[in-house]
Amino acid sequence: MATHLILRKILKTGRVTEPAPPANAAYRVRLQALQAELYEVFGRALTIRHVDAGSCNGCELEIHALNGPHYNLEGLGIKFAASPRHADVLLVTGPVSRHLETALKRTYEATPEPKWVVAMGDCACTGGIFGESYASRGRVANVIPVDVEIPGCPPDPVRLLEGILAAVKIDRSHGAS
Amino acid sequence: MDTHIGDIELTLTPQGGSAVWRFGLAPERLPAFARAIQEEGGQLLALWGSDDRHLGRGFGLHMVFLSSQGLVWTQADLPAAAPEYPDLAAIFPQAERMQRAAYDLLGLRASGAVDGRKWLRHTAWGEDEYPLRKDAPSQPPPASPTQADAYPFIRVAGDGVHEIPVGPIHAGVIEPGHFRFSVVGDKVLRLEERLGYTHKGIEKRFEGMDLSLGARLAGRVSGDSHSAYTWAYCMAVEAALGFTVPERALWLRALLLEMERVANHLGDLGYLGNDVALSFGFAQFWRLKEDWLRLAQRLFGHRYAFDCIVPGGVTTDLGEADALLDLVRRLRTEVAELKAVYDEHAGVQDRFAHTGRVDPAMAARLGVIGLAGRASAQAWDLRVQFPHPPYDRLEVNMATDRRGDVLARVEVRFAEVFESLRLIEAIVQRLPADPLQAEVPHADGVREGLGYVEGWRGPVLVAVRIGMDGRLDRVHPHDPSWQNWPALEVGILGNIVPDFPLINKSFNLSYSGHDL
Repeated sequence: MATHLILRKILKTGRVTEPAPPANAAYRVRLQALQAELYEVFGRALTIRHVDAGSCNGCELEIHALNGPHYNLEGLGIKFAASPRHADVLLVTGPVSRHLETALKRTYEATPEPKWVVAMGDCACTGGIFGESYASRGRVANVIPVDVEIPGCPPDPVRLLEGILAAVKIDRSHGAS
Repeated sequence: MDTHIGDIELTLTPQGGSAVWRFGLAPERLPAFARAIQEEGGQLLALWGSDDRHLGRGFGLHMVFLSSQGLVWTQADLPAAAPEYPDLAAIFPQAERMQRAAYDLLGLRASGAVDGRKWLRHTAWGEDEYPLRKDAPSQPPPASPTQADAYPFIRVAGDGVHEIPVGPIHAGVIEPGHFRFSVVGDKVLRLEERLGYTHKGIEKRFEGMDLSLGARLAGRVSGDSHSAYTWAYCMAVEAALGFTVPERALWLRALLLEMERVANHLGDLGYLGNDVALSFGFAQFWRLKEDWLRLAQRLFGHRYAFDCIVPGGVTTDLGEADALLDLVRRLRTEVAELKAVYDEHAGVQDRFAHTGRVDPAMAARLGVIGLAGRASAQAWDLRVQFPHPPYDRLEVNMATDRRGDVLARVEVRFAEVFESLRLIEAIVQRLPADPLQAEVPHADGVREGLGYVEGWRGPVLVAVRIGMDGRLDRVHPHDPSWQNWPALEVGILGNIVPDFPLINKSFNLSYSGHDL
């Protein structure tokens, strides 16, 4: 019975996935010396490890949204991994709370080279409204090297995707497959 | 107003036009008062401290109780030299972590408390430092101290028992925290949570802010509850300064709050499907949620309507009411179709039912509140019992369930989506034609107020004190996750480790809102 309802709903819904945006070079804050071929390799598939370093959970809402059917991230060859050891990109949100500083550094160290760090949201880029304090180290770049900064509170899924793509220099539109 | 709770005579001071009553009492009378509240079926909602020495007093210990009279905000003055008060966790277990936090931040000691371990303090400050005291150093240390954390978890011993430490960085896209499972095989014997990782000094940050910047910060205590927090904060400021905002602004705030509830429930219903391997449910609910967020972007210029609620009113009007009503109607149909799938799907029902159960008696004992409480027969909803405008004219129907399992929390979410859609229609149709904002008057002295809003997760409280200079002197935001996190420790007992993500998601508690 449920199968019948599911199939009918899938048929009625159709495809909602939209074309992906191009990489936004303006978000790049650091260029790593890497050979062009390497970028080509990363152009085909990309694995991301998200690290909440003290976020208010607003940015996480948009990471979840990016994983929804409108964006079909896996269709672009991009997926989120459970371990930093499997990741090419660390996507870091929040000001870095002092209680997560060690965990963030360890996550960075556990990520194999070559790796990119994308700071997502105003707090990760500048410290945001939380700034630096007895409990907060502020921006992510105060703790680990950052390649791409995506401003916004929170940046919407399209901005987020533009920034992730800017990290690895993929610059192609989403195929219809 | 003179009244009584149990045998205790109270002189309650009303907070203009709301269900909040203030009441001061000596610290030694706190346990008897808490017991009286409990005997009449009330609950402890929040407990926090304040440094009042610059006002010529010592320290303040604040509590907010849910009672038949409304929200009773009590304050006990503690001496500056030895700020102590009797333990309340023996009466209301949910007080325990809040008491430990009040010690970590302000050095207020609950004498006789069983659990004296630190809670929000890890390594960022030392044992004899209290960052929320007014005389704490204002300059942060340049780098994090290297001291060890050394948190003593409670060990479970026995044949075949082993521990699984999880976090603070989790495997999925979720907030950081540590879970220590003690298991035999796959069966969970004990779960101990360690939170406080995302503590970023929010309460200290409020101090000295002007009132409008404070609203922005309040909205970022827990981003998924932005409208709940900004409204509660603004309600507190407006109560403190004793002015009312235009009706239209209040109705628009309710619209934003109900839209926030729908957005979060849709997302959770999708993830709950995903966690039992029904990726169809995830794709469908997140498609609907994305449609909802894009409409919010069109209507309010922001997908989550950030910073639309400000002291004195709201910043944006509702432009395209028809577009909203259209989507409301479509969602009602589509969510009903998807509910039929969840209801009919044997695998989904098998995973949801009897999983992660918190029975009504345990929920009452722990003070479980909000959505999770209602799914365990704790029939509290601030919009129903103590409706502030415009809820006093909207007749909200409360959703409850007695089963207390994942299924019950799913059912309550479904019911609340439909009810919020009904409320949104009613609000749009009855929006009064007022201005959007009133001017915020200047404070003519130290002023205090409490705001309370039933957010999607449960009751969000914000207490505000405005200083002589008209700036924020002390703000305490309280998230319902404080009292619901311990329910997760109970709900997992006897379940298998692989069901933990499902059970955890069915509560979907806030780390940031708790860690502050």
